[in-house]
Amino acid sequence: MSDALLKVRDLKIGATVYPPGEKPHDIEIVHGVSFDLEKGKVLGLIGESGAGKSTIGLASMAYGRGGVKITGGEVWVNGRDILKTGLSDIRSLRGGEVTYVSQSAAASFNPAKKIMDQVTEASIRHGKFSKKEAEARAVELFGKLGLPDPENIGSRYPHQVSGGQLQRCMTALALCPEPDLVVFDEPTTALDVTTQIDVLMAIKEAIRDTGVAALYITHDLAVVAQVSDDILVLKMGDMVEYGNVDQIINAPQEEYTKALVSVRSIDHEEKVPTPEPVLKVEHITARYKGTNFDVLHDVNVELHPGQTLAVVGESGSGKSTLARVITGLLPPRSGNIHFAGRDLSAALDGRSREDLRELQMIYQMADVAMNPRQTVGTIIGRPLEFYFGLRGEEKRKRIKELLDEIEMGDGFIDRYPAELSGGQKQRVCIARALAAKPKMIICDEVTSALDPLVADGILKLLLDLQKIEDVAYLFITHDLATVRAIADSIAVMYQGKVVRYGGKTDVLSPPFDDYTDLLLSSVPEMKLGWLEEVIANRKMESAGN
Amino acid sequence: MNPALKLVAQRLALGILLLFLVSILIFVGTIILPGDVAQSILGQSATPEALANLREELGLNEPALQRYLNWLGGLLQGDLGTALTNGQDIAASLGGRLKNTLFLAFWAAIVSVPLAIFLGLLAVRYRERWPDKLISAVTLASISIPEFLIGYVLMYFIGVKLGWAPTVATIHDGMSLGQKLNTIALPVSVLTLVVLAHMMRMTRAAILNVMQSAYIETAELKGLSMFLIIWKHAFPNSIAPIVNVVMLNLAYLVVGVVVIEVVFTYPGMGQYLVDHVSKRDIPVVQACGLIFAAVYIGLNMVADIVSILANPRLRHPK
Repeated sequence: MSDALLKVRDLKIGATVYPPGEKPHDIEIVHGVSFDLEKGKVLGLIGESGAGKSTIGLASMAYGRGGVKITGGEVWVNGRDILKTGLSDIRSLRGGEVTYVSQSAAASFNPAKKIMDQVTEASIRHGKFSKKEAEARAVELFGKLGLPDPENIGSRYPHQVSGGQLQRCMTALALCPEPDLVVFDEPTTALDVTTQIDVLMAIKEAIRDTGVAALYITHDLAVVAQVSDDILVLKMGDMVEYGNVDQIINAPQEEYTKALVSVRSIDHEEKVPTPEPVLKVEHITARYKGTNFDVLHDVNVELHPGQTLAVVGESGSGKSTLARVITGLLPPRSGNIHFAGRDLSAALDGRSREDLRELQMIYQMADVAMNPRQTVGTIIGRPLEFYFGLRGEEKRKRIKELLDEIEMGDGFIDRYPAELSGGQKQRVCIARALAAKPKMIICDEVTSALDPLVADGILKLLLDLQKIEDVAYLFITHDLATVRAIADSIAVMYQGKVVRYGGKTDVLSPPFDDYTDLLLSSVPEMKLGWLEEVIANRKMESAGN
Repeated sequence: MNPALKLVAQRLALGILLLFLVSILIFVGTIILPGDVAQSILGQSATPEALANLREELGLNEPALQRYLNWLGGLLQGDLGTALTNGQDIAASLGGRLKNTLFLAFWAAIVSVPLAIFLGLLAVRYRERWPDKLISAVTLASISIPEFLIGYVLMYFIGVKLGWAPTVATIHDGMSLGQKLNTIALPVSVLTLVVLAHMMRMTRAAILNVMQSAYIETAELKGLSMFLIIWKHAFPNSIAPIVNVVMLNLAYLVVGVVVIEVVFTYPGMGQYLVDHVSKRDIPVVQACGLIFAAVYIGLNMVADIVSILANPRLRHPK
């Protein structure tokens, strides 16, 4: 046997599922996966949700989340099969030899304990360091990971630092006990792009400096290309392709890998503005009740019939607040909204049924936007009854038409949301919005919770529907690739202000303002060495200033 | 100002306001009760003159508002008035009773609260296995049987058959602490059995709820033992709901023990209240009602304040 640090052979993992209306039964979710990871190397596990990548990552710590059980195969860490070793050995493995960085540091830190206590806990428990040594090491790691005030940040509670900072603290937590292997499970997915790039660089440098090996799990091939030596592509629990990063990115062999590499290839010609916009937002300034600062400052945008305005910005930029103002949920302090040739009442109470019908909304989380106890037919049928008074056979016919439009077919009419996939749920939400025959739909991060290939399908569907129904979209997103794919015009928001606004080509062409430049250059590109290039460019620029 | 301190100050002010409102409610409630105090003191055969004299003497002819203000003024100075039936000062005769009730409640709490929390932790540790099911079954059974029945059963077996503890729990000031504790052993056991299930199940539920959190998984992946995870990571995050149910049960131990006091002839507030309700002694009823209300409001306020202080987001703002 070679002296690989982690050696996985024919790993099989099962889970108990509880399908509605059926008896719970066991299924296999990972079907025989094998790979090696040597000391100091990084292996990227990539795939869409349900591919089994997190499950495989956790299996390297002999851990199964929820009802997940490892059913077969071997997992060798440091020369012994951890699936056959005892509980006390597994405890010394977890947090000692192998550590874990989760997707959401905000949820993975205990809110009731100080950051330092949590970062050093494993090292102290496993007797690797004394409390004093562990704390000194933590401070050193905080500094290495670029956290502000590394001496004192440990004495804060998790809610007192930002999301990006907490994600770095989580990396410090994983590196503190000097493990041999760190499992990074989507460590930057929940971050804004401009934050992601810094955390990514910090992680990469920490891996290089400490010589630790890493499993890097993500759905974003462009990200994994920046940090990995090898890549393993997974699909539905099967190995699709396994090779070094250069081969996977530049010469993928399998169709599925090719699809992942070329995702977001939608071509959308920018349309010219019409004389009469369907939505005109003028000088909107708004704040939330009980606060004393404005979240929107003098926002002006226009949306033309049958076109798409993308509102792009990071979390906290005010883009979702703008949607709340337009829908009437948050009356602005000042400013006007013109819609379809009339003034819209600022408050929801003052709007007519016609106003409500013509302005629909689709949400990020499709599963919480639907009543789980209603069938697809009931969900889509509700606006048909409410706005058009359709009943019986007439209503059913229209529901079937709508299901056809979203490419799902009438077989779904009596299904419940729980029986649908994430993409199908979002399609049902789209059909529900279309059922009202709106002039405009606000799409709030509608593809953010979906896998890239599924999201691609949703975007294509939205564009097709726009051609047929001549509906306008106000598309709120943080994802610039999405913006490129579907927008006609773009508003870039930052700290409640529109910092850049115009046609797609104009907004995305230089010269840029500082913020747009930062935003655009932070979007990971599917090429090797991109991360270093960007960081080097930024250092040069700041040196030049 | 620290938001936690601000919230605590708000809770205190609200508690005092609530107590004031309750005093109005108690006063109004006792006024609209049917019947006449003078009549019930003097009996059916009293002459109209004697009744009129007594009413005058008791101040029953004054307007209600005036009487309320007099009563409230007295309360604020610690004067609970005098009992109509025997003319004794209520504060003096209530003082000893209240002390006894608090004594019993205190020792019942000392036994039951740690036991309930420990059993709750144990049930979480062995969730869905036999220790969990056994704890659940036994505590549920003990809460389902009426407390007087448990009282008599314990009295028969432990008091009479085994002779471990006295069956009559009458304590007096001449006893040493050891003697007192031996005397109240049986009522404390019964009260413990009565309040245990509620607190234990709430502890179990609150911790199990927290055990679903991502940070528990983090702790597991640090290789910590299960009991350490429950104690160090889950318990600190479930303090608020646990304290709430503990305080509710403490309030029950003070306010709701009348049955136990009667069963074991314990000289506490409950017996005193029942005696005077039957004699229609309005000032005593009012005083007892107000004290019970104060205990309830006070303990719930403590629960609120502990919950506020247990929340790191409020204790350490950004």
